[in-house]
Amino acid sequence: MARRRDLDQISFSVTMAGLALASLVLLAAPTVVVLVVSFTSGFSLRFPPPGYSLRWYAELLDAWQLHFAAMNSVSVALWSTGLSVVLGVAAALGIARSPKLSARVLDSLFLSPLVLPALAFGLSALMFFSLLGFPVSRTTLIIGHTVVCVPFVVRNTVAALAQLNPTLLEASASLGASRLYTFRRVTLPLIRPGIVAGGFIAFMASFDNVPVSLFLRDAATDMLPIRMWQDLEGKLDVTIAALSGVLIVLTVALMLVVERVAGLSKRLT
Amino acid sequence: MRTNLRDVTVYELRLAAPLAAFFAVFFVAPLLLLFVLSLQAAPDGGGYGVAQYVAFLGDAFSLGVLGSTLWLGVKVTALCLLLGYPVAWLHVRSPGWAKGVIMLVVLLPLLTSVVVRTFAWIVILGRQGIVNAALMDLGLIDTPLRMLYTEGGLVVALAQVQMPLMVLPLITALTRIDPNLADASAVLGAGHWRTFRKVTLPLSLPGIVAGCLLTYAAAITAFITQSLVGGGQMLFMPMYIYQQASTLQNWPFAAAISIIFLAAVLLVVWLFNLLGRLSRGYAQA
Repeated sequence: MARRRDLDQISFSVTMAGLALASLVLLAAPTVVVLVVSFTSGFSLRFPPPGYSLRWYAELLDAWQLHFAAMNSVSVALWSTGLSVVLGVAAALGIARSPKLSARVLDSLFLSPLVLPALAFGLSALMFFSLLGFPVSRTTLIIGHTVVCVPFVVRNTVAALAQLNPTLLEASASLGASRLYTFRRVTLPLIRPGIVAGGFIAFMASFDNVPVSLFLRDAATDMLPIRMWQDLEGKLDVTIAALSGVLIVLTVALMLVVERVAGLSKRLT
Repeated sequence: MRTNLRDVTVYELRLAAPLAAFFAVFFVAPLLLLFVLSLQAAPDGGGYGVAQYVAFLGDAFSLGVLGSTLWLGVKVTALCLLLGYPVAWLHVRSPGWAKGVIMLVVLLPLLTSVVVRTFAWIVILGRQGIVNAALMDLGLIDTPLRMLYTEGGLVVALAQVQMPLMVLPLITALTRIDPNLADASAVLGAGHWRTFRKVTLPLSLPGIVAGCLLTYAAAITAFITQSLVGGGQMLFMPMYIYQQASTLQNWPFAAAISIIFLAAVLLVVWLFNLLGRLSRGYAQA
């Protein structure tokens, strides 16, 4: 009996832990492989590389097309994130504690771009702007990105507001503070981590967006993920590996900062 | 003094008006226009009707694209669940520092650029990639296997790219389960497998449903990964829409495919939400 129990426990733990470790390797492997390959001294993406060098990172310094696309992507992402935070935080305040049915409907509407195919939205926005006679431009691009990025801000701010203890607001009001003063000194500091986390995810989503950019950018506005995608469709360029290495390091650094400031991982589970 | 009479803990719904207006103009109106355009008989006008839908539904090729897209999502979601559940299980049982490491490994693919993630799979699955090199070194194969541009390769790549969306809700669900329940089950004589099947798994159903919904929706709309790892041989709905709209400039047909794809996604979302409600009732009963 005791032996059967041991066998039962061992087989269960080994299976679960084994599968979990295999998945963790699968999750981490691509990132590690790209980082290693980006230091290759050769001309191909062979793994393991024949030797190591920084030549492709040096090559990256001269790749002005990629610089140009990266500047565009960062600028569009900053604008969309700013717009998303302003519109999204106000909307979250309005709907978070409201008992009205219309608040629930708005909540579903604001979150719906998360599950709907972004490509279909990109196409519809292009049709919309061309029907109105607006040529695609940086402005249409920022508007489109804001629609798909604002859900992240709304979701995280609503979650932060749900955890805010309403007694604090009552206490502040009963001590004579105005609504605006209470918002500035009580509400805002308490929900700030949620806003930061939402804004960070919105920024990454905009920086990484392809389906909306494909339809709403003009010929002069080259976006980094689209440039990389088109480079990869044509040929396998090792410069892209070096660029990927830079992006991975920047992402990890930003992620650790946001984790420290806003507890990112707690907000995602 | 009037303000003090109002409930100070509730902000006015009015604050949501700017975003509601923004969505009405730039999200709802374009989608309505997409629907109207999908009813156009030909790209240059020519009356309204359901001709585009009839063309799609009467065409075996188009139906095949829709079918293979939806089926691809099922395969990716199943693989994500199989591989993601143990990760969430391990996370909940790990000491603090290990939790941090697991979280970093899970979050990293979620936040790195999708082109970078997909690029990594091209390097791994390619002819000179790590899998082929390992198999050749072991003497298992003589010539490199073709893994890139196959559906098997695409499913594995998509599973890795979307797995965080499965693991995060599962961690939430597993953390909420009272550990005493598993202990009680063990005291009553159930083994680990039985306890898992009868206690842990049913109680985590809400997390499973939420994770499956997010993974499925992401997998079938993953334009970049589908086109780069899948290659030109396999056509899925997002690329089909893009080809019709961009290369062929057939906007009414592209609009009709988009509407059909949107409807399919909404149907799946609705189904999962229904399952979610049922599973929450089950988990609380």
